[in-house]
Amino acid sequence: MAVDLTQYKNVWVFAEQRQGKLMNVAIELLGEGRKLANDLGCAVCAVLLGSNVDGLANDLFEYGADKVYYANSPVLENYTTDGYTTALADMIKSYKPEIVLFGATNIGRDFGARIAARVNTGLTADCTQLDINPETKGLMQTRPAFGGNLMATIACPNHRPQMSTVRPGVMDKAKRKAGRTGELINVEVKVTADQIRTEIVKIVKSDKPKVSLTDAKIIVSGGRGMGKPEGFELIKELADKFDGVVGSSRACVDAGWIGKEHQVGQTGTTVKPDIYIACGISGAIQHKAGMQESKIIIAINKDPDAPIFEVADYGIVGDLYNVIPELMKSFDNVEELMDSAK
Amino acid sequence: MKIIVCAKQVPDTTEVRIDPVTNTMIRAGVPSILNPDDKNALEEALKLKDSRDDVTVTVISMGPPQAKEMLNECLAMGADEAILLSDRAFGGGDTWATSNTIAAAVRKIGDYDIVFAGRQAIDGDTAQVGPQLAERLNLPQVTYVQDFEINGETVTVQRNLEDGYEIIKIKTPCVLTAIKELNEPRYMTVRGIYDNYGETDNVTVWTNEDLGLGPDECGLKASPTKVQKSFTPPQKDKGMMLSGSIKEMTDALIVKLKKKHAI
Repeated sequence: MAVDLTQYKNVWVFAEQRQGKLMNVAIELLGEGRKLANDLGCAVCAVLLGSNVDGLANDLFEYGADKVYYANSPVLENYTTDGYTTALADMIKSYKPEIVLFGATNIGRDFGARIAARVNTGLTADCTQLDINPETKGLMQTRPAFGGNLMATIACPNHRPQMSTVRPGVMDKAKRKAGRTGELINVEVKVTADQIRTEIVKIVKSDKPKVSLTDAKIIVSGGRGMGKPEGFELIKELADKFDGVVGSSRACVDAGWIGKEHQVGQTGTTVKPDIYIACGISGAIQHKAGMQESKIIIAINKDPDAPIFEVADYGIVGDLYNVIPELMKSFDNVEELMDSAK
Repeated sequence: MKIIVCAKQVPDTTEVRIDPVTNTMIRAGVPSILNPDDKNALEEALKLKDSRDDVTVTVISMGPPQAKEMLNECLAMGADEAILLSDRAFGGGDTWATSNTIAAAVRKIGDYDIVFAGRQAIDGDTAQVGPQLAERLNLPQVTYVQDFEINGETVTVQRNLEDGYEIIKIKTPCVLTAIKELNEPRYMTVRGIYDNYGETDNVTVWTNEDLGLGPDECGLKASPTKVQKSFTPPQKDKGMMLSGSIKEMTDALIVKLKKKHAI
């Protein structure tokens, strides 16, 4: 059972792609993977599985991958648990990475769990922070538990590779460097179609307008304090004014005021925009867990004791229906205001 | 047709508080509930049982003896049988060890067509036990199931994705994990409550004598992952409360944002 830990080298990042498009979290993982690889003095490598997605390998090099392990096969065109698990398990056995990181997407969490059981190692879910222990050189994986009420740091001391799924939107994206190249390793794919026990009949893309909370620089979120679903019209106006997108607390989503794709928080999307404006959001711990890394947090709430003010950089106590229109006027007058502020 | 549903008793995390000194959960006064996603898994199994005569539903759970309470609820909702895997040897297991323990129980049950679990439990939020159980049992899996249909041995499901969904066909036996979009769970029936609460004890308990797992196969010692420390998330320093009239506050805010080059 004992594993010779010294045989395992390098940080691997699962470069999740869907229909030939690289997921943002893969770029975030390359950024984080680079940091870990520097601490360990090893290479950061991307693992690309797909069918004829050669172009993505160059993107991965430009985002900092030293090597790209490319498993190219028609049977890997779309993610299937069986196909991807067998292919990656073969690669792990051959190349022995020390660390493997996955984005904690609906695909990454399915894949990571299955592969960890297949190669017989530990997996830490939904990590929000990763560090190398300076003494043991082991991976320290920090994640929220109990709905974000508690953080736990988890190690995988005696098994390799060390594996984590990492929450999308939390790590900083790798910077792109045009023209950067690396070593492309074409991996032989032994998986055959009959080994895949699920059949994808159809992939349906949601026709709802895409709300990319994770990419937004500015998010304006509404909460139950709005009192009515129509409050989101005003939230939208403010968001448009700032070129931002609309977010929501869980309460409004549960009440059916707005779609789940807008939900910020522990069970929704974790965000860290430059500006987060919380309007009529009390600040339940689940919500705070999903937005407290935002650079600037502005809270507007009638209740001066609302917990949202604990994480706010700027707080305004007042009725959002009065404050938001005034805030938009102030925004329009910004030049004038700056002149008089000099 | 036999369906096994995996369920977990969890603290209601919306009411969890953490002792800031010991960094442990204050259990007193926190209700224990049937994990929400697991309830959706059970509901889907019960719907199938409602629609045909040949279906039996067995719920299994791993946990301390008090998890019987949650299994009583499953029985009162309509499950045929409930098995609690309870032994000190199973305690402290991570998802590797837990899936191994549950897999041993599923193998002991023997014949089954579908293993249905919740996507994840709200105390750990890992979503790992379902897929890892499927791996141990060498079964195909679909996670994040939001729609379910069965025709003979072919199951057709919708698998939820962040940007839509997939329609997937899979043959039984298989492992599926449910999300809340799948259905609206039913309440316990009055008859069910009468039959399963109080003096009666309809929950079967299996200890490690029944499963026969070694110390490297279950519990804390067998777990590859080890919790090194836990802590409460750091709170940011208190920010600045703006004051004055609404116009004064919003003007001041815009000036501050502009000075920070945030707008």
